[in-house]
Amino acid sequence: MAELAAHAGEAHHPALQHHFVSLDQQRAASTLGMWVFIAQEILFFGGLFGAYTVYRTLYPDAFSAGSHHLSWKIGFFNTLVLIGSSLTMAMGVYSAAIGKSKAVVGFILATILLGGVFLGVKYFEYGEKIRPCLGDGPHTGCLVPGARFDAASLHLSGAEAGHVQIYFSLYFAMTGLHALHMIIGAPILLTIAYFAWRGRYSPEYHTPVELVGLYWHFVDIVWIFLFPLLYLIGHH
Amino acid sequence: MTSDRKTLPADHYLKHGWDLKSWLLTTDHKRIGLMYLVSITLMFAIGSLYAGLVRWNLLVPDGSHMSAEAYNKAFTGHGVVMVFFFLIPSIPATLGNFLIPLMIGAKDLAFPRINLLSWYIYIVGAALTMWALLTGGLDTGWTFYTPYSTAFAESNVAVAAVGIFIAGFSSILTGLNFIVTIHKMRAPGLTWFRMPLFVWAHYATSIIQVLGTPVVAITILLVALERLFHFGFFDPNRGGDPILFQHLFWFYSHPAVYIMILPSMGVISEIVTCFSRKRIFGYSFIAMSSLAIAAIGFLVWAHHMFVSGMTVYSAMVFSALTYLVAVPSAIKTFNWTATLFRGSVQWDTPMIYVFCFIGLFLIGGLTGLFLGNLGLDVHLTDTYFIVAHFHYIMVGGAIMGYLGGLHFWWPKITGRNYNESWGKISSLLVFVGFNLTFFPQFVLGYLGMPRRYHAYPEEFQILNVLSTAGATILGFGYIFPFSYLTHSLFRGEPAGPNPWGAKGLEWTTQSPPTTHNFDEVPVVTEEPYNYAAEGEGHARG
Amino acid sequence: MSHHVVSWKVYLGVFLALVALTVITVWVAGHDFGEFNLVVALGVAITKATLVVLYFMHARYSERLTHVVIASSLVFFAILVFLLLTDYVSRPWPLSPVAS
Repeated sequence: MAELAAHAGEAHHPALQHHFVSLDQQRAASTLGMWVFIAQEILFFGGLFGAYTVYRTLYPDAFSAGSHHLSWKIGFFNTLVLIGSSLTMAMGVYSAAIGKSKAVVGFILATILLGGVFLGVKYFEYGEKIRPCLGDGPHTGCLVPGARFDAASLHLSGAEAGHVQIYFSLYFAMTGLHALHMIIGAPILLTIAYFAWRGRYSPEYHTPVELVGLYWHFVDIVWIFLFPLLYLIGHH
Repeated sequence: MTSDRKTLPADHYLKHGWDLKSWLLTTDHKRIGLMYLVSITLMFAIGSLYAGLVRWNLLVPDGSHMSAEAYNKAFTGHGVVMVFFFLIPSIPATLGNFLIPLMIGAKDLAFPRINLLSWYIYIVGAALTMWALLTGGLDTGWTFYTPYSTAFAESNVAVAAVGIFIAGFSSILTGLNFIVTIHKMRAPGLTWFRMPLFVWAHYATSIIQVLGTPVVAITILLVALERLFHFGFFDPNRGGDPILFQHLFWFYSHPAVYIMILPSMGVISEIVTCFSRKRIFGYSFIAMSSLAIAAIGFLVWAHHMFVSGMTVYSAMVFSALTYLVAVPSAIKTFNWTATLFRGSVQWDTPMIYVFCFIGLFLIGGLTGLFLGNLGLDVHLTDTYFIVAHFHYIMVGGAIMGYLGGLHFWWPKITGRNYNESWGKISSLLVFVGFNLTFFPQFVLGYLGMPRRYHAYPEEFQILNVLSTAGATILGFGYIFPFSYLTHSLFRGEPAGPNPWGAKGLEWTTQSPPTTHNFDEVPVVTEEPYNYAAEGEGHARG
Repeated sequence: MSHHVVSWKVYLGVFLALVALTVITVWVAGHDFGEFNLVVALGVAITKATLVVLYFMHARYSERLTHVVIASSLVFFAILVFLLLTDYVSRPWPLSPVAS
């Protein structure tokens, strides 16, 4: 194969793994691998989106009531923060492609920082809903589904009080799983930033930066759907 | 090339290190395949013990051999272990891992470290699930139906669910690895339509693993969340729908049965052509039918739910789609049979398993058509007819293919031949034992005996006793290969590179292969399976 | 995958478009499009996601196989939702078991 001859000089590139014939093949394989991983992530979240579709179809009013209780302004702010982190991530990949390692480090740290802001806001949002559920007492305002859930604070009773718990179950499961993906992503980003700082990446080889970028953008896309589907139901 | 006395090659992959570290930290796909082989054999033994408990209880109609609760735990343990820890990984993780790089002329899979990681993930998932099964057990059935599993079961549901969740990622990563490897690492000249059908089968399987497994993963997680934190996803008191669980569960678990059968079909394709000494009939139809099974397999899941409370309109849609999925499987069966026609059939052990597969898979598959019919299914569902149907496919089909493949490639994997007489005897035992175990169950189901019942009406006892007798014979049938194959590791005669005279890149390497498989990247110029006309025997006996 | 380097101006442009679309997301939520409410909301979200996939994730500059992988996952997700709904939509209305 011509590729073998064309890439003969790469045989000693430190990043080339022994079972690949060229850096190109390695990069193509790694990139495809990450896309296949993202495909399975789409189905992983997809199960939750499927459950959401079913229950929103069944209980539109309860979903609307639950959604009204979330702060759309906070959701809006967080969406902008995450989109911003996608920009910094894309700029990090760009910097790697043009060989500016310091900029790579800076942009990845900015991405982590913005992700941290997002998670901080979520911590606050969750806290509001979870704190009333703790300890003894009347649990007014508790929004964790289960025995202590306070449907009255949403002005709901009867069947709707149960249905809105399903809404909040999905809220916690979907945003929780999303947040977990960000929490897992942070140390990975940090590791890539460290290697960039150590000069491991170049225009010829910066695949790990690209791959972690793909992962981060995917996490952003999930939120792009979560925001309107959870925060903006029936606001007319 | 043929000599009177063959010897093992001086250097091969098994010689690179004997200590634990060289195995536990290996990235060699062949060693990882062997590690999986040991692990899944252990899980198969555990699953078989559970089966023994089930069949022992069913010897008497009054269920006096064990309590109902214990029986529920026995059949659940059997199902969970066999489905998630034996059948799903079996051929892909053992034969697939070992052979795919060899078959496409590559030095390893695309991601060797992820390959090792997926084995460790499997071990952690298996250990956690076994811990759950042994300390308190699981009594929900392997299907975890809600609301029993979420609200009423008093067994280790959450822990077992987490163990299975973890093991699911092993499956996903294996599938991911195979897809990338097959796309990006084929040797020069190895176009898609020159690939072995074993590789096509694993490609289709991997697509299912990657797209289907995540859905059951999140679903099991929801069950655990509901159990631990009382979220209401499936709680009818709050408007949750238990049937939604079934929809989400079967969205994976139906395609999962194709994960279990497609690799086996790939094995059959390889063996039938070699032991007919004839090019396989309809190569591209078999290749495309694997993809068709994978795709259509995702459209039929609710045929497991016809009596669950779903609407009859939805059921009609799924019933129609179910008939469609039988077509590609039938195409394969026709093509294998056509390959045998005017071929020069060699009756070695792998080929005996091929014949077992074709006949038994045919019965299992056709009974699936009965079950796809709404009217019939109302009477047959949740009876032993279902149990017989899926065991004909899973054991009569998938496991026969697995055993055939294990025997066919044993000389390549170990460098040694097994004892052919013992191979033939065992295959006969397995065939007889299998049919005696499961054919009576078709009759029992037709007569109305429900599945998962601890006790049954007296008139069903004779058939149950026959079934248990068959299971005992089947058990011995499985112990024999374990014994003589292990024995061959130490005393088997060296096999040489190609004892069967088979076509395929894996047979061009030494037996066992070197760590890096190929010294030079092979270049493929031939069409696959270009066996000569009748008359060309093979080097072995 | 090509060695094509996307200009930073493209990224900035996409970012600004995403911000604008997020504002639009909130704006359409405040208007009643009748039975098209969900369609409109999803339409905006899909537009945003498409921009991220095409430009931030370089799908526009990637090989066809990448497109097949993305499309496959979306197709099978759609199958899940569509066939699920064949059950729920054909149930008698009003839906749901009675809750206490």
